[in-house]
Amino acid sequence: MTEEIIIAGFGGQGVLSMGQILCYSGVMQNKEVSWMPSYGPEMRGGTANCTAIISDELISSPVLNRFDTAIVLNQPSMDKFEDAVKPGGLLIYEKNGITRTPKRKDINICAIEAYDASVKMNNTKVFNMIVIGGFLKIKPILDLENVIKGLKKVLPERYHNLIPLNEEAIKKGMDIITYENKL
Amino acid sequence: MKELRLMKGNEALAEAAIRAGTDAYFGYPITPQSEIIEYLMHENPYERTGMVVLQAESEVAAINMVYGAAACGKRTMTSSSSPGISLKQEGLSYIAGAELPCIVVNIVRGGPGLGTIQPSQSDYFQAVKGGGHGDYKLIVLAPATVQETVDFVKLGYELAFKYRNTVMILSDGIIGQMMEKVELFEQMPRENKDYEWATVGKKPGKDSVIVTSLYLKSEDQEKLNFRLQAKYREIEKAEVRFETIMTEDAEYLFTAFGSCARITRKAMEMARAKGIKVGLVRPISLYPFPVKIFEELAPKVKGILTVEMNAGQMVEDVRLAVNGKTKVEHYGRFGGIIPSPEEILNALEQKIIGG
Repeated sequence: MTEEIIIAGFGGQGVLSMGQILCYSGVMQNKEVSWMPSYGPEMRGGTANCTAIISDELISSPVLNRFDTAIVLNQPSMDKFEDAVKPGGLLIYEKNGITRTPKRKDINICAIEAYDASVKMNNTKVFNMIVIGGFLKIKPILDLENVIKGLKKVLPERYHNLIPLNEEAIKKGMDIITYENKL
Repeated sequence: MKELRLMKGNEALAEAAIRAGTDAYFGYPITPQSEIIEYLMHENPYERTGMVVLQAESEVAAINMVYGAAACGKRTMTSSSSPGISLKQEGLSYIAGAELPCIVVNIVRGGPGLGTIQPSQSDYFQAVKGGGHGDYKLIVLAPATVQETVDFVKLGYELAFKYRNTVMILSDGIIGQMMEKVELFEQMPRENKDYEWATVGKKPGKDSVIVTSLYLKSEDQEKLNFRLQAKYREIEKAEVRFETIMTEDAEYLFTAFGSCARITRKAMEMARAKGIKVGLVRPISLYPFPVKIFEELAPKVKGILTVEMNAGQMVEDVRLAVNGKTKVEHYGRFGGIIPSPEEILNALEQKIIGG
């Protein structure tokens, strides 16, 4: 198993930490992992993205331009990465803020309204965990138990009381993600 | 129990510096390596091991602080990125002339000039051919993983003190910024050894130790140069490091170093899936350059493609080693652009197989 993922959105949406959580969870599940962020001026308010790779084998390139899964959280990211999904791959997008829906017919496309769901949960900070939940529903490459272990590694100890809330958010994401195009 | 962590290349390097028993780190922030000094400041190594971490007023000051600490026999290092490393060249030449050990880290970004903050390998020439003035060499190690970044700090001090020479860790923005699993070595003690060449105060009955790179008598200056050259020949014999991947049955070869070697390895896997028998030679020590493996493999293959994030620098050393025995071409992207595995495979097909 090798899963090559690009996660892209606005700085502040938790794009980089989503990749880190997936990678930490991968470590907990004895996988090889690699996380490569964009670190340019776009970090200050523009688009941010990271490449996360989770694999059973040694990872060669940490930098890629074709992906098994693209998770796009805003329109510029959709414009940039829709075409980077491998044929037969997966595109997950957050509906909020998307003005042009994806055009590809040769990939699986899923939509998630994670922002609305996070508002309903009274905590927009769990937005990215809802998206992770959605992703893991479609591609169950990591066990929930290991994701929780991963979260414990990423979050400073003083925030460990928020782990149940994050778990709830992951489960929420699993419930609300829907297919728009299924191959 | 082995300690496994998920760490950024820069942070792992900083942690390795503390654990390798570094006495003093001097630096000045610059993207994409500022996490090194940030991590060091945050970890408060003065409390952990007594290590000094100091933000100098400039890169030039930092390298001269390294010069001073090294003259006292201390384990010392500095780090920067390309424009900052250019500023340090005078210091590097002086340290070479004074025959002192230290580690200098270059997390390369695109140039020339202030350039870009994105990854590049365009400082190869500067690292292996000189950069500063005079006939001197740095031992240059090019890590391709976060793990190697950590390991080369420990190895770097061993080599630096064995040969009283600067060891440069030549990495780039990819390896510096990415996170990977890493196994950290145990904390090593700070050494506090008394080296006979170190200037730590004149002892009764012993001659004064003078650390200098100034010899006004040409005979003395030539003597120093002979000594340096003898040392470099010894390093060339003993310290060559490289990795070969699937070269046994290879009809073609890729060669690349550092982060670029990993992207090229992906291209190699894609080529193998298409039935193209291609292998990869990854030089790890860029100086001393792994000449022999190229001499050995060149007659067995139909061509070699050197892949670099520069306009063609290591390719010159590959051509010297191959010495006309097979075709050597270069493929590169630069200015902070990272080549994709697809375009590297395409370059192999166009320039080597089809060319």
